[in-house]
Amino acid sequence: MAVLTEEQTMLRDAAKAWVAEKSPVTAFRKVRDSGAAYDPAVWKEMCEMGWAGIIVPEEYGGSGLDLMTLGLVLEETGRTLTASPLFNTALVATSALLLAGSEAQKQAWLPKFASGEATGTLAVDEGPHHAPSKITLEAKKAGSGFVLNGKKAFVADGATADVIVVAAKTAGGITLFLVPGNAKGLSRQALKAVDSRGVANLSFDNVELGADAALGAVDGGAATLEALLDRARAGLAAEMLGACAQSFDVTLEYLKTRVQFGQVIGTFQALQHRAAKMFTDLELTRSCVEAALTAIDKNANDVPALVSLAKARASELWHLVSNEMVQMHGGIGMTDAHDAGLYLKRARVAEAAFGGAAFHRDRYATLMGY
Amino acid sequence: MADTAELESFRAEARAWLEENLPPSIKGVDLAMAQQAGIEPEGEGALWKKRMGEKGWGTPTWPKAYGGGGLSKEEAKVLQQEMNRAGARNPIGGMGVMMFGPTLLEYGNEEQKQRHIPPIVRGEIRWCQGYSEPNAGSDLASLQTRAEDKGDHFLVNGQKIWTSGAQWAHWCFCLVRTDKTRKHEGISFLLIDMKSPGVEVRPIMMISGHSPFCETFFTDVKVPKENLVGPLNGGWTIGKRLLQFERQGLGGGGGGAGRGGEMRPLEDVAKSYIGTDEKGRLADPDLRARLTEHLMHQRAFMLTLQRSQQESKSNQGPSTATSIMKNVGSKVIQDRAELLIEIMGQQGLGWEGDGYSGSELASARAWLGGKAVTIYGGSTEIQNNVIAKRMLGLLDHQ
Repeated sequence: MAVLTEEQTMLRDAAKAWVAEKSPVTAFRKVRDSGAAYDPAVWKEMCEMGWAGIIVPEEYGGSGLDLMTLGLVLEETGRTLTASPLFNTALVATSALLLAGSEAQKQAWLPKFASGEATGTLAVDEGPHHAPSKITLEAKKAGSGFVLNGKKAFVADGATADVIVVAAKTAGGITLFLVPGNAKGLSRQALKAVDSRGVANLSFDNVELGADAALGAVDGGAATLEALLDRARAGLAAEMLGACAQSFDVTLEYLKTRVQFGQVIGTFQALQHRAAKMFTDLELTRSCVEAALTAIDKNANDVPALVSLAKARASELWHLVSNEMVQMHGGIGMTDAHDAGLYLKRARVAEAAFGGAAFHRDRYATLMGY
Repeated sequence: MADTAELESFRAEARAWLEENLPPSIKGVDLAMAQQAGIEPEGEGALWKKRMGEKGWGTPTWPKAYGGGGLSKEEAKVLQQEMNRAGARNPIGGMGVMMFGPTLLEYGNEEQKQRHIPPIVRGEIRWCQGYSEPNAGSDLASLQTRAEDKGDHFLVNGQKIWTSGAQWAHWCFCLVRTDKTRKHEGISFLLIDMKSPGVEVRPIMMISGHSPFCETFFTDVKVPKENLVGPLNGGWTIGKRLLQFERQGLGGGGGGAGRGGEMRPLEDVAKSYIGTDEKGRLADPDLRARLTEHLMHQRAFMLTLQRSQQESKSNQGPSTATSIMKNVGSKVIQDRAELLIEIMGQQGLGWEGDGYSGSELASARAWLGGKAVTIYGGSTEIQNNVIAKRMLGLLDHQ
């Protein structure tokens, strides 16, 4: 664990206590069984504690803290698979506005995000794999505004978000747009994915937007999008780290209690060494995630490499730990009544989101110049 | 962090001195490694070593009184940064610098320091470590090599093993038994001239073709009384202190130390042997992916080293990350060595002679020699046992 400030430690401890009491895995299970994407009452509580506004500057109603601090909270909510708009609204959509929003855009959305009055998300990918370099959704100039046509796929919180940051192709490059969730011509198809979170395919059929909908410079959105994606990847890696730690803790506890052949199975060296490997990889991944968040907060110049390192390692780690969680629990780990399956399902979705290990290894190599 | 005015002026001084004194042909060349194998540098290498030795910058923080650099920790850090920048590698190394020198500076008497420290500073004297014995490995204090008091000298009889570099060493710092009735309190710290009659060194041939380790036999070796460091029967404390210096030196493994062979970054070596496609990517996509996995693992290791240092410095107590360092660091070293010879293909599998470059031959030997790092200092399996028991609280099998 990084050396934290007093404020960070307090917030982290508060999050830990709240998650244990108000949002254990059983709460997520209830949400899943109800068919909802998240529990509005739980989200309301999170907003009342100020979590939705952690990185929102004070003048817009937030706390003005750094991404590392938000990462600490995401790590805790990740531990119990808490489903909420926290990540997509308080980190992703908020970051989009902080990176490129005009004063009017910030005034319009940030106070609402911070209070929980509105939620937001980002729509980039158009197919099953993360591919920000392959955007085809088109925004054509029409009068003083734009008309959008095309599709976006697997948009997290896409069916419920009040505003969607859409990456579109314009005449001279990429442009980001703020598209209201209820925009005319936008149809949202809610999907049921294995992790039981809100996700949707979006179809844009002549969606008309005013000039003030462009977020940042027209045709100049590529760099902003990269910076935004890096924040999303680092934040997601923090959430995944928490989930990995919890998956591991639960599995370790089982190794210490399950008895076979007259002794707890954790005494078997074959399992001990696999547990030691997971512990080792957890420590390494923690260093990478903290380094990525810190680099973003310090505006360091190796942000892209550190973020790809963090997201790749978090993806690999959770892949390993989620599989081991099922395997080491044996038959019970295969049942729906056990939590292992919930972690396994969420693991794969989180791995794929914003690029899996292979995507980020390739990106890392390219950044290193080979 | 910005330099203070003093550090800034020292930085300028160091930069100017390096510019003037580092021979261009020695840029990026690691002379210390070859010397550990008994090979003295020649030509401009010898010149570089002489200059660094006279300046005392090979042992930057050692006192000026004994020829050291006399630098503060901060100045030494600046010097290292400037050396990295200039491509200058420290030609002064070995056990004298890493372990024995710092120990003697703490425990030696004035005469011993005056006699032994300056030659270490100048890299003239190589030291070896007479600790392990055939029946005293992990249980070092059960050592049996005896030193009998014969009035004006000690008479030493016994056998040491895994004495790294004994065949090239001028001197040996040795733990010997001076009292058979007590265990830890019967051990003394003795300095033995390897040219003394009765010292016999037998190198142990390893798979690398090198013999970095030896068996060392002492038969009626006369050692002057003045070579005793610290009090009689007070050697255990000194010997343990030396081990602390040794472990500090082994620390940071995957970061650089322990690497051998081709020293350029792996991706550059890969580009030159494998070539690139039209987009500048390595032409072998499978190798590119595995190389990347290794480089990312190495980065994760370095970040974890940094994190555990920061955590240990803060008041959080010792970092939990420390327990994983040995295994991760040694894996980084071995993976690099394996990738290196794979990248070089058959050129990386030369044993000796024509047809292979020096760095290719060195890479093959480093690959073989590197198999030791997951065995010594607690094997990977032992370290995993330690993690399972101490960190994870898993119990022994009944």
